[in-house]
Amino acid sequence: MRLTELPLRQPAFVDLIDWSVLSPSEGQRLREFGLCEGASVEALHHGGLWGKGPIACKVGRMTIAMRRNHAAAVTVRTGPDAVP
Amino acid sequence: MSVLPLVALVGNPNAGKSALFNALTGARQKLGNYPGVTVERKAGRLALADGRPVELVDLPGTYSLNAASPDEQVTRDVVMGRQAGERRPDALVIVVDASNLDNHLRFALELIALGLPTIVALNMVDLATRDGLELDAAVLARELGVPVVATVAVRKRGLDHLREELAGLLGSIAPEAKALPPERDFDAVRGEARRIARAAIVRETPSRRLTAAVDRVALHPVFGLLLLLGLLFVMFQAVYAWSEAPIAMIEGLAEAAATATRNALPDGMLRSFLVDGVINGVGSVVVFLPQILILFFFILMLEATGYMVRAAFLMDGIMAKVGLSGRAFIPLLSSFACAIPGIMATRTIADPKDRLTTILIAPLMTCSARLPVYAVIIGAFIPARDIAPGVGLQGFVLFCLYVAGIIGAMLVALILRMTVTKGASGGFLMEMPKYQWPRPQDILLGLWQRAVIFLKRAGTIIFTSTVILWVLLSYPKPPESSAVSQVDYSIAGRIAGGLNVILEPIGFNRDISLALIPAMAAREVAVSALATVYSIDAGDDEALLERSLGDRLKDQWPLPTALAFLAWFIFAPQCISTIAVTRRETNGWKWPLFMLGYLFVLAYVAAGVTYWTATAAGL
Ligand SMILES: Nc1nc2c(ncn2[C@@H]2O[C@H](COP(=O)(O)OP(=O)(O)OP(=O)(O)O)[C@@H](O)[C@H]2O)c(=O)[nH]1
Ligand SMILES: [Mg+2]
Repeated sequence: MRLTELPLRQPAFVDLIDWSVLSPSEGQRLREFGLCEGASVEALHHGGLWGKGPIACKVGRMTIAMRRNHAAAVTVRTGPDAVP
Repeated sequence: MSVLPLVALVGNPNAGKSALFNALTGARQKLGNYPGVTVERKAGRLALADGRPVELVDLPGTYSLNAASPDEQVTRDVVMGRQAGERRPDALVIVVDASNLDNHLRFALELIALGLPTIVALNMVDLATRDGLELDAAVLARELGVPVVATVAVRKRGLDHLREELAGLLGSIAPEAKALPPERDFDAVRGEARRIARAAIVRETPSRRLTAAVDRVALHPVFGLLLLLGLLFVMFQAVYAWSEAPIAMIEGLAEAAATATRNALPDGMLRSFLVDGVINGVGSVVVFLPQILILFFFILMLEATGYMVRAAFLMDGIMAKVGLSGRAFIPLLSSFACAIPGIMATRTIADPKDRLTTILIAPLMTCSARLPVYAVIIGAFIPARDIAPGVGLQGFVLFCLYVAGIIGAMLVALILRMTVTKGASGGFLMEMPKYQWPRPQDILLGLWQRAVIFLKRAGTIIFTSTVILWVLLSYPKPPESSAVSQVDYSIAGRIAGGLNVILEPIGFNRDISLALIPAMAAREVAVSALATVYSIDAGDDEALLERSLGDRLKDQWPLPTALAFLAWFIFAPQCISTIAVTRRETNGWKWPLFMLGYLFVLAYVAAGVTYWTATAAGL
């Protein structure tokens, strides 16, 4: 499931990130935020009407905001066997 | 004299570096609860436990030494010793946020690997405790291999310990900079950071999360936007509602001073200079101090609570439509105070075209220097009645003028992004800080600093331009027999007469033409200039002298002219300092001149359209 589809406040783990969607500097920044394969994530808030605004999510202990197209590049896993 | 040891404060954005810098050096650097407050290197002096002085530098926060934006490049260059004309720091104080160790330790490890003598300041332990985290600094020190000092920068806790450790570190024989360790894989470093963070956490009790609860409303697509609009709305209502009493007091003082001066001095040039130029001219601007402080109170609150990033989040959708990112909204919101710090704050924007566009539209955000101009005209022409319970018409009009500035800025950005700053726009990726209650002393200090700056401005730039205008308005004297008025006969009056040819079509009269030229120095001067003109015009006419500037304007200007004047000031190109800063930030004259040009055209067209429409509507 993509990060954009993850129900709010449901803990999950990052499975895969399609880095090709991100520019090198954006990819770099996401990594610096700790968003990488295996990181724990939780979607907190969806901004904007009609599902178009940015997404706020928790990565580790940090809350970050990113645009939907970037969040769609992140595939996540939930459930008991999700812990890497 | 030997050079002082140089110590740099480095770390992630919003870790509390500037707060620590202020606590250690007694400086008053700006703090704010959002990433990207500090955008340039600032130096100060600190005395170690043994009395030795040390030079401490505060740096912009960054997530790694891979700098993305201009402010982060400064940090990288200083730390690597590549900054021109600057030696490499002798030691580093790495500031980490105790409540976000996993993330901050990664950068800390990257910095420690540089091999400079290093201390880690484990800051914000109070926030970590609030979140139910208990940490062991000793474990952290052992794992990192450098001293770790727990601090709460804003409460000045842990400072003595930090000074002690620093003395020890600098006391040892200057260590040879170690050879750089082989570059380690980014993911490996992150893994290690996470391992160390886990080891350092003694206990973790889940606590209720204030931030998430507030954000459910603050970031809500509908309620969040309503809240943002509501905040701005309340801000402008307050600018009027709260300022009446203090303004009346300052006006009373100015009037008393004018009367006393008039009684004490014989009629003559000196008396005219003091009364018309200094008291009525400069005084007409100083009167607005309360309103400006109320505006700043709100801006400081937004900055200190952590709301700025939420505003950026809410606005990202709209900003994306005009080719910018929500991130750019933060410098724009700061430009409500003044475009200059706003333009400086664009250094946090990584994409050069995003940044340039933001710089170019920053002057459209209504800065506090425009407040006196708006307030005088609104006070004179807009009746002070309520349009709804608790909602004053004057505050509402002010709100509309601000919104007009924002909408103007968005439209200009849209056009610029399709033409001169064409290109793919950067994304929106931002850390969202936890909410914090602002500390009253921080807010008071901020207000005090603003008041000092404003009064200094009144005493220097506004005073000087008003005096020059007074001279140009007072000479030459018309011959006794002449029917021409003093103002029309004066040098300034003649210049304004010439300029009026261009400005007449948009409804501007001679007095406005007179006021616009010195307003190049600072926008508020438009107000003091009008006050001086009317003060001189009144001569000895007691009845006229009694009347306030607002009343005089109401007598002499038709409503369409007043509205056109307001419309002009939404775009108001004049402000020399903004142009100078734009030149510095864009490295050349091309963009400041472009900015000046497009603002002039917009101001002219906006004023013209307003005037013609209002006249046609029979106002
Ligand atoms: N509770 C608490 N708040 C702190 C502490 N240190 C700083 N703050 C607050 O945290 C926010 C950020 O502090 P700054 O000193 O501006 O952070 P900075 O590291 O200089 O940030 P940048 O300049 O953006 O890189 C401000 O609102 C401070 O008041 C602390 O120890 N405890
Ligand atoms: Mg700072």
